[in-house]
Amino acid sequence: MARKLPEVDVVLVGFGWTASIIAQELTEAGANVLALERGEWRDTVPDFSVTHIQDELRYAVRKEIFEQTRRETMTFRNKSDQLALPMRELGSFLPASGVGGAGVHWNGQNWRFLPTDFMLRSHNEQHYGKKAIPDDMTIQDWGVTYEQLEPYYDKFEYLCGISGKAGNLGGKIQAGGNPFEGPRRREYPLPPLKRCAATVLFDKAAREVGFHPFPAPAANTSKPYRNTLGVQMGQCTYCGYCEWFGCANYSKASPQTTILPVLLKKDNFSFRTHSSVIRILTDSDGKRATGVVYVDQNDREYIQPAQMVVLCAFAHHNVHLLLVSKIGVPYDPQAGTGVVGRNYAYQVSSSVNVTCKERLNPFMGAGALGQVVDDFNGDNFDHTGKGFLGGGYIALWNTGGRPILQEYLPKGTPKWGAGWKKALHEDYLYSTHMQCHGGVMSYRDNYLDLDPTYKDNYGNPLLRLTFDFHGNEKAMSKFLTDRATEIANAIPNRGINAKPREGDYSIVPYQTTHNTGGAAMGTDPRTSFVNPYLQSWDVPNLWVMGSTVFPQNAGYNPTGTVGALAFWAADAMKRYIRNPQPLVQT
Amino acid sequence: MNARLLIAGVLALASAGAAVAAVQVYAPARSRQLWGTVQQGKYLARAGDCKACHTAEGGKPYAGGRPVPTPFGIVYSGNITPDPDTGIGAWSEEDFYRAMHDGIDRQGKRLYPAFPYPWYTHMTRGDVDAVMAYLDTVKPVRQVDRQPKLGWPFSMRSMLAVWDKLYLDAKQFQPDPKQSAEWNRGEYLVDSLGHCGACHTSKNMLGGPTGGKMQGGMAEHVFAPNLGAGERDGLGGWTKQDIVEYLATGSNRYATAAGPMAEVVQASTQYLKQRDLEAMATYLKSLEGPKPETPNTPDNDTMHAGVALYVDDCAGCHMDKGTGLPNVFPPLRASSAVQAAKPDLLIAVILQGARSPATSAKPSGITMPAFNAKLDDAEVAALTTYIRNAWGNRGGGVSKGDVAKLRSTLASAPR
Repeated sequence: MARKLPEVDVVLVGFGWTASIIAQELTEAGANVLALERGEWRDTVPDFSVTHIQDELRYAVRKEIFEQTRRETMTFRNKSDQLALPMRELGSFLPASGVGGAGVHWNGQNWRFLPTDFMLRSHNEQHYGKKAIPDDMTIQDWGVTYEQLEPYYDKFEYLCGISGKAGNLGGKIQAGGNPFEGPRRREYPLPPLKRCAATVLFDKAAREVGFHPFPAPAANTSKPYRNTLGVQMGQCTYCGYCEWFGCANYSKASPQTTILPVLLKKDNFSFRTHSSVIRILTDSDGKRATGVVYVDQNDREYIQPAQMVVLCAFAHHNVHLLLVSKIGVPYDPQAGTGVVGRNYAYQVSSSVNVTCKERLNPFMGAGALGQVVDDFNGDNFDHTGKGFLGGGYIALWNTGGRPILQEYLPKGTPKWGAGWKKALHEDYLYSTHMQCHGGVMSYRDNYLDLDPTYKDNYGNPLLRLTFDFHGNEKAMSKFLTDRATEIANAIPNRGINAKPREGDYSIVPYQTTHNTGGAAMGTDPRTSFVNPYLQSWDVPNLWVMGSTVFPQNAGYNPTGTVGALAFWAADAMKRYIRNPQPLVQT
Repeated sequence: MNARLLIAGVLALASAGAAVAAVQVYAPARSRQLWGTVQQGKYLARAGDCKACHTAEGGKPYAGGRPVPTPFGIVYSGNITPDPDTGIGAWSEEDFYRAMHDGIDRQGKRLYPAFPYPWYTHMTRGDVDAVMAYLDTVKPVRQVDRQPKLGWPFSMRSMLAVWDKLYLDAKQFQPDPKQSAEWNRGEYLVDSLGHCGACHTSKNMLGGPTGGKMQGGMAEHVFAPNLGAGERDGLGGWTKQDIVEYLATGSNRYATAAGPMAEVVQASTQYLKQRDLEAMATYLKSLEGPKPETPNTPDNDTMHAGVALYVDDCAGCHMDKGTGLPNVFPPLRASSAVQAAKPDLLIAVILQGARSPATSAKPSGITMPAFNAKLDDAEVAALTTYIRNAWGNRGGGVSKGDVAKLRSTLASAPR
């Protein structure tokens, strides 16, 4: 029998980036906020201490700080006529578990999406005609514009202490920055990170072939920083242990290093760890969320009543929770109706390895230490005759020189034995690689629903992912890989190994953790689950955060947009608290 | 918020008054204390840092039970909530003043000087009464005091009469007419309420004060640095503003509070008014330092071993030249704590790690992890020798034995 707890104003499902932002904003406005986190409490010291965090085997290979599939997983298939099977080991993407969420183990590659990304359908229809968009491509406009989000992007960047160089200040293109970005109100809070040898080579080569490289915006601090809440951050040491690790030096932006020192001191905020939310409760007519049900580590069930429920978990979990709670109309791919589970999207990545003539220093790394070419992202180039829409960036990231997973040896190098040792000895210090990071459109047959066969620990059906790459993405990925190869050829080299993404999507090799959609935002309740303020159309005191609301995926890492949307939604929530009505009337 | 506090305060006052009335013949007029007096008492209780010692880890505020390690054994702080049976709810203002001024409790029992009455003794009667007025408003907690764990002869309370005779200078603060009002206020805050000398003045075999005032002493297990003059190991190089920033925020360009001092800043000094902090700084800047000693010169091999360890384990935060990073990681170069007469503080920070105070000005509570599992005694000795003598520092060498001894003391210390 579930125990009923005293009501709070706002309950947050999950305690990562979006929950921390919402909690900070709403507690400032006076609300009593509670976050429920399924994982454990974690902090820089002792959990990510410099005395032990640089352990690639423990964290990157054995995946210690990620979601554990024996506790929570999903099933997967490429096509609707296949039998989906449970994912028993993480591979293609790595959701987190624990306070801070994936904000603890991300690289810190922090982007704004392009102004045209937010108007994807209308922009492309206008430029290339309605026929350019295939019938099964279910892309749509976001219902929010870049101009509306700009102040919130700025807010997130100054919270995190982003290191970078502006490319467009109020419409004026700036030398040294990304000339394709949307206009920003001011410079980044910190200058770009230092460059390493490989990024210098990339920069020179990219310019030679006529592209426009710039230093990537990084949530790794190039200098010590006091953020907008007064929280202190150290200076990145370029240790190369960002991605899949927690930062030991207070220099990668995470909830722990930017918000929690202030948030946790507040009397009107609390959080509970080892608390897995398994259901959202609604009143009898389903028009109002009344709280959530969660289970603690001893399998005790609790009812947590709340005036507002905000879903702040990973994209998949938010959708799963909506489906098992029977909130919103589930998506039906045959009829093309319903919204929950609709427009799931991912990203398409490929790489080009280069064995340089110049000796490099792979050990000087940071999660977002890189030079980037954005000439082929979104609609930054003319797509006429290209046979695809969308795009992505090409980057040379030097995230680190870790011994197990970060060797980019020449084509044909054996996986083990004397040949491998010889190649490692001769080529490791000369090897680098470029990444092509492409967006994925949404399609009628890529979606999330409940699995008819497999159940989770709590007796709920597992979430089922049906996803494959389409021709548009394959063509786009090939185009990007070819451009990256052009850059590689301009680097003095002893060999190039282009690795395009080919064939069906596989859930096994790691690609990116940027899963999006399933509860899209938009202006039409028939094609979106939340309105442009991230408020549910059906249940106005229920809100959904994170990349769950992206109507399709862009060619950038999502965290910057996720952060901006959270601040944007928080402002809307403050208006809602004063006047609890749907913010957009239907 | 204030209104709610006011109501809670009034209710607590009323109930405390009622409880006292039930057991006391001469019920004091405390229930009629003015709001302003309670607020003054709250401020003074913070300045005296009462809560830090009188609250056990995970325990209720002011209910006591926190172990206070002394060279003679462990003394536990008392329950000073207004609970009439186990706290001080039944005490009169006279009783409370006698405890603060003479170190004798309501039953006539002498208190151990781990309770800093040798400093509180200088407080004015009005201030002591205000502290009591505030304590009357905290939530009463029923919790019986723990008995101290002291070896003979310190376990005999009668010994304390001798101690008091030798060392207790029981007189109220008298302003020095030759000094400014600011200096006098500073002396009052430092020497009575702040009881800074409890740690920062050295003590003899019996725990009585010895040597120069505030020239460094033992705080629990580690050395509390000299607060007097001294460019190298004192506050000689600090400006008044440096001292104020340190006490208000937990760090300045020279140092970050660690260990017991981090608690002092977090629970006490960050709440003090700017002009009180300035007064403390004025007074501290007038103090003399110890006679400078010539530290020994470490050998080259140890320095070489030390620099290698430093680059591996320390330079990421404290930087190549020991400069640290402003507002984040403390500098080690030109640091008085690093060059202190005794290396214990530096060794303890390396072995145990340290959490900087999380103040409202600098909220992060930046924490250094413990290196006790990573570095052995010889390595810590080489590392501390290097840090104490690099970049113009002159602190002298550290032996493996120094490290081993402190490691074992810290391992057996109550936490």
